[in-house]
Amino acid sequence: MVAELIEGYQVVLSDPYLSFVLTGVGNTLLLFSVSWVTAVPIALALVMLRSSRVSGLRIFSVWYVEYHRNIPLLVQVLIWYFAIPVVLPPPVNDFINRHGSEIIYATIALGLFSAAYMAEDIRGGIRAIPRGQYDAASAIGLSYVGTMTWVILPQALRLSAVPMVGQTLILFKITSLASVIGVGELIFQARQIESETFRVFQAFSVVTLCYMVGAFTIMSVGGAIARRVQLTRR
Amino acid sequence: MWDVVSQYGMVFLVGNYPHGPLGGLAMTVTLSVCGLVATFPLAVAVALCRTGGIPWLRAGARAFVMGVRTMPLLLVVFWIYYFLPTVIGVPISAFATILLAIVVYQTAYLSEVIRAAIEALPKGQLEAARSLGLKYVPTTFRVILPQALYNCVPGMINQFITIIKETSLGYTIALQEVTYAGNEVNSILLIRPLEVFGVVAVLYFTLCFTLSRLSRGVETRISRTRGLVGE
Repeated sequence: MVAELIEGYQVVLSDPYLSFVLTGVGNTLLLFSVSWVTAVPIALALVMLRSSRVSGLRIFSVWYVEYHRNIPLLVQVLIWYFAIPVVLPPPVNDFINRHGSEIIYATIALGLFSAAYMAEDIRGGIRAIPRGQYDAASAIGLSYVGTMTWVILPQALRLSAVPMVGQTLILFKITSLASVIGVGELIFQARQIESETFRVFQAFSVVTLCYMVGAFTIMSVGGAIARRVQLTRR
Repeated sequence: MWDVVSQYGMVFLVGNYPHGPLGGLAMTVTLSVCGLVATFPLAVAVALCRTGGIPWLRAGARAFVMGVRTMPLLLVVFWIYYFLPTVIGVPISAFATILLAIVVYQTAYLSEVIRAAIEALPKGQLEAARSLGLKYVPTTFRVILPQALYNCVPGMINQFITIIKETSLGYTIALQEVTYAGNEVNSILLIRPLEVFGVVAVLYFTLCFTLSRLSRGVETRISRTRGLVGE
């Protein structure tokens, strides 16, 4: 039994299957990093729009967040993959198809989804800033943009660091949904290895370990950053 | 969009029922309700383990929650669907798989919500109960939990919304819930994906948005009553 178990690991952790696992790790990290980098600026923009003087922009920001929070990510991924190409002009479709439509649509879906949640985290931070900070900023003659850039956001982002780390961990885990449309990330590779070798336990346990290592890295590095940026308690 | 709804509306709502298995939105709701009902007692138990004074139960509950937090739900689903049958020797249905995966996953997350509510109660409640001579069990079940669980009703509704969204993973193992129904209709029509997935999105949105508004309403109500009582 033990010999069989070890033999299974030898199969899964040697070529060609080892390269399946490594490709999976690479694709998961690619999905995770690109969609994180997409999500953060969109989240900041959504927060800015939310406090805009133009009501149309405010309403857009609110409904953007509601749309992404009230529909399962899987459905959003399917919409991007199956429905959006129908309305895109052919040259854009050609471009996307040439560069791997699965991973592009999955990254867009993950990035836009996370942006909605991150916007809520940042907004939570902004709401915790006392009124006096705004008054003080305008008293020294700062404009709205100046107030936000130099006074409010530096404090709010520190306050939202902890929930942002939580959201980053969630983003890392939900990259797994890209496997549904055929992106060759970790879970997709596990299924592939399992169906070719019938080593279900070994294939899934290797992938589970990869996720655990990634998750603990995010928790500890993110936790350290979140502690580092906290202002000293007054 | 209307002709898609009028022609395939029933598939979205109940699947192939009564000529086949129940599916569609009815399946999504059934599965979500079963998931919440099965998760709740387990989550309370895990929360009590984490807040209780028995070191090994505390450590065990903590390890369980941490472990689940590192895993994607889809991975849990696949572990249950593909590996569990090789252990128990009988195949496991798609419904049972998703239900079990949600119970395992949400027990960890819901227990955190309940734990936060228990820890948020003023310490005086526990001290007062203890000084009245109540032991652990009556203190927990007649003083702490009734208040903590009442306070975290909004959190529980939010977890229920999460469960509803998580049932969409049934799609990956061919469980006939509303996402799968959408895919089924899409593969019949082929050229109308925008309308078909639009219907699916509208169904989820209506359900989840209504519940999230309900959660917010309950939250205001609770903070108002709690505010009147004073702490």
